[in-house]
Amino acid sequence: MKCWAAGLKRACLIGFSAVLLGCASIPAGVEPSPNDPWEPFNRSVFEFNEGLDAYLLKPVVAGYRFVLPEFVRDGIYNFFSNYNDIYTALNNLLQGKPAYAFNDLMRVVVNTTMGLGGLIDLATPGGLEKHKEDWGQTFGVWGAPSGPYVVLPFFGPSSVRDTFGTIADLETDYLFKYIPDVGVRNSITGLRVVNARNTYYEAGDLLDGAAIDKYSFMRDAYIQRREYQINEGREDEEPLMPPYQNGYE
Amino acid sequence: MKSYKTMQKQFALVVSSVVSSLFLVAGAAFAQAPAPDQSTPDGLIKTVVSDVMASVKSDPEIQKGNIPRIVDLVEKKIVPYTDMRRTTEMAMGPNWKKASPEQQTQLVAEFKGLLIRTYSGALSQLRDQTVQFKALRAAPDDKEVVVKTVVLGRGDPVPLDYRLEKTAAGWRVYDMNIMGVWLVEAYRNQFANQISQNGIDGLVKFLQERNKQLAAAKPAN
Repeated sequence: MKCWAAGLKRACLIGFSAVLLGCASIPAGVEPSPNDPWEPFNRSVFEFNEGLDAYLLKPVVAGYRFVLPEFVRDGIYNFFSNYNDIYTALNNLLQGKPAYAFNDLMRVVVNTTMGLGGLIDLATPGGLEKHKEDWGQTFGVWGAPSGPYVVLPFFGPSSVRDTFGTIADLETDYLFKYIPDVGVRNSITGLRVVNARNTYYEAGDLLDGAAIDKYSFMRDAYIQRREYQINEGREDEEPLMPPYQNGYE
Repeated sequence: MKSYKTMQKQFALVVSSVVSSLFLVAGAAFAQAPAPDQSTPDGLIKTVVSDVMASVKSDPEIQKGNIPRIVDLVEKKIVPYTDMRRTTEMAMGPNWKKASPEQQTQLVAEFKGLLIRTYSGALSQLRDQTVQFKALRAAPDDKEVVVKTVVLGRGDPVPLDYRLEKTAAGWRVYDMNIMGVWLVEAYRNQFANQISQNGIDGLVKFLQERNKQLAAAKPAN
């Protein structure tokens, strides 16, 4: 089992470095985006992730959907969602939003007890709103600029700030980091990855249909979304209205 | 003679009841789909959203993913309250002025087609979701507002905001924010890149081909 995992890791690394050596260039005519100075590098990592998704992750998720009935998948989703609420509460506290943090903590209490260890989400219908906060957002709230856009292998769209955020997320993650038994730990991580990909199984197809250039679509969407998430829930929150310039006005 | 009179009476009764029931039916149909209140932006979004959700939930064909049926629903119940020309214009940015009137018309039609096709799949997924409306923050004389909503259902809540402008005919939606991403903003660079690579005609052709592919593809569910 360990040996197999190590082999897979090595194969991935070899494949990944091969991709980097053959650095994809920006398609001719694409205007460089000021947020994305490392576009050639990012595009090659993007291609690597796309391949990984198409040939490994998506087929695995298809099998997962075929084998497990919907209520089981929902239970797994709820379990990890409840677990993540602990970290959301922590990050909301660090972001100076104690009311949100308290709400998130109440969610965990309700769902862990009455929701059978988190398998059922009773807090949302009960009026306790679900939030999602991670370390990248916390760094953003503290004033850290996002820095250039980065596509991380395996993790996908990110930025310099959010790369540090992801590292902090993983370092503080109990299930990822601190379960003593390696086999159990790896199995849980695998299930989490499959569960995460499963939540946007249909959305992924939708994105393929909607995108003209998937790379820049994902980049522009990611940058906007992170900005939105960081400003969300602030007391002085104003509706974000991007100023559009057009031919007339 | 007597029987003739009763027959006549009966006939009149039948006619009048048929006529009045026709009126009733027409009245009920009218009452079922009232023209949305277009005088306030949040009122418009509320009526359109609840109308569309009710239609989807009561139509098993739509829930099965019958695409022509969904497109028909979108055309009838959503498109009349949008301003796709403005949406396209904003997504084109400075390139809009460089397009000829024919190209502009084509772009509007094809972009609209792309949006309807790609997002109609999402409509068929509506089951037990509810929509929560956030308090509108706008001054009475505002010409542009954002109506903020959250879609609650299974999984994480999805913030869904609508950007509206006041037109002579009433409020019209021209941009949408899904989970923090403005639709127009997400297409601006993609349009600009496609145009600098292949020109405005290239973009039109690209959209036409994509729409043909999507129309030919089998429904996902």
